[in-house]
Amino acid sequence: MYGLGIAKGMLLTLKHIFRAPTTEQYPEEALRLFPRFRGFDFAWDIERCTGCASCAKACPHGVIVIETRPGHYGKYEVVRFDINRANCMFCALCVEACPYEALHMGSARECASYAYDGLWIDRDQLVNQWYNEQIRVKERMPSSLVRPQFDAGRRSFPHIPKVGEASG
Amino acid sequence: MPSCPPGLVLCDLSGVTGALRAALAGLVPEWAILLAMALVGVLALMAFLLPSQLGTVWIERRLIARMQVRRGPNRAGPWGLLQPVADAVKVLAKEAITPAAADRWVFWTAPIVAYVPAMLTYAVLPFGPNMTFVDLHIGVLYLISVSSLSVIAVFMAGWSSSNKYSLLGAMRAVAQMISYEIPMVLSVVGVLMLAGTMQTTQIVERQIASGVWYVLLQPLGCLIFFIAGLAELNRTPTDIMEAESEIVAGYHTEYSGMKFSLFYVAEYTHALAFCGIIATLFFGGWASSPGLDLLPPWIWVLVKIYFFFLVMVWIRGTIPRLRIDQLMDFAWKFLIPLSLANVLITGVEVVLAPQGTLTLGLPMALIVILNLVLGVILLVGWAKLLSGSPRKPAATWRWQMEH
Repeated sequence: MYGLGIAKGMLLTLKHIFRAPTTEQYPEEALRLFPRFRGFDFAWDIERCTGCASCAKACPHGVIVIETRPGHYGKYEVVRFDINRANCMFCALCVEACPYEALHMGSARECASYAYDGLWIDRDQLVNQWYNEQIRVKERMPSSLVRPQFDAGRRSFPHIPKVGEASG
Repeated sequence: MPSCPPGLVLCDLSGVTGALRAALAGLVPEWAILLAMALVGVLALMAFLLPSQLGTVWIERRLIARMQVRRGPNRAGPWGLLQPVADAVKVLAKEAITPAAADRWVFWTAPIVAYVPAMLTYAVLPFGPNMTFVDLHIGVLYLISVSSLSVIAVFMAGWSSSNKYSLLGAMRAVAQMISYEIPMVLSVVGVLMLAGTMQTTQIVERQIASGVWYVLLQPLGCLIFFIAGLAELNRTPTDIMEAESEIVAGYHTEYSGMKFSLFYVAEYTHALAFCGIIATLFFGGWASSPGLDLLPPWIWVLVKIYFFFLVMVWIRGTIPRLRIDQLMDFAWKFLIPLSLANVLITGVEVVLAPQGTLTLGLPMALIVILNLVLGVILLVGWAKLLSGSPRKPAATWRWQMEH
């Protein structure tokens, strides 16, 4: 029968008028972030990191700078772990390269800065959960972008203490 | 005024001009009275048009947004009601850019030429029993001739911009609008034969007198008129001349600021005028439904105009844009033969049951049902006939390679 497709389509749009809009009013409403959301931040686990610098080698822009020195028990001690977000394109190649699941993409947003300095993340900032007012503590959890197994439930670092327990 | 209860001033707004005329008689010369009447008429039209031109933009944006499960403009004012005002202010403050290679005079006059015919259409649109600006005896002829003037503006704009996309859009517009003019006029012919007059007020009076809106006697004609009208207005299923995903914005690619917004406003003015025309010709103009006679006739006209505008928005929110060859095929192979058949059927009916002999009753009901059935049979049959012989694919290079 001719024209039935048009009638079907017209009915569909008519039905849609009465559906609740899916638009989120962003500044007023909080966005719903998905676990694999890739923000403008990194989550780093200092306990798992061996200082092998695989991430720095994998980075196409050379954004990551790592400095190590011999530490206790034959391990390296990471003294410098800088990420320059100004040059970073958030490709997550460093996360893929990490053999020990120590580096993850973070899910922070609203990370604009008035100066270049504000775009650098150094070792202390990566270790602290509340280093920056712009990045809420809740958002400093590893994104499961590269590691979908995190979707199952491991939502935050087991090693990193919760807010309030941290020594700083 | 048959259906107007006494004492209801709002029922017939033409009382205002009548009173003014009586008050001015003898005080000022006749030409001054005529001038004052014309000004009052223009004021009344503007009182309808200016809020409508702003309001329809808002209605369309909100409604289409809801059809696409969005919210639409909601930042300026409550429910985004001030959005059209904000747009107007923005457009007024914008720089008027003329391309260096443009034909200046034609480029600057094209928006005016687009806007004026849209306004002229309202001259013969009956808003109530005595509320027609100019009650021409050839009202429908005037409507058809005036509404087809806008193609000139489109071509002026496209040609003078010296931009290939503008010119492409203008060429498409000319081809499309001239093609769709024919089924549109032919579908009106049925109404004219039934009414026996070209005067718009008389057409409405005949519909009230016979008790049947012409949409019932002319279902096929009404459908063809609506489709052809959509094409004339360049609304979305047929807006190939400003197809933003193919040719930037078509004929108004180079326009900015107030010149662009004149095109924009003209489009909506035209759309409302077309809704008024279809309400007048097919849906009984100011005729009310029984039981609701208390509402003034002009309210009925406005309700019908806005109803058809909403239908047009609905169609825009649903049907995707057609290709130019599909559009041309549809006009020449489908709409024109059907409208010719419609003229033939109406002619036979008018000869069998001449004007005035039919009143509400069994014969009328029979004719209504017959017309509906014939319309469906013609639509489906012609569509089957056309699709039964699909065009052979052209000999492409692949075909040549294979053989």
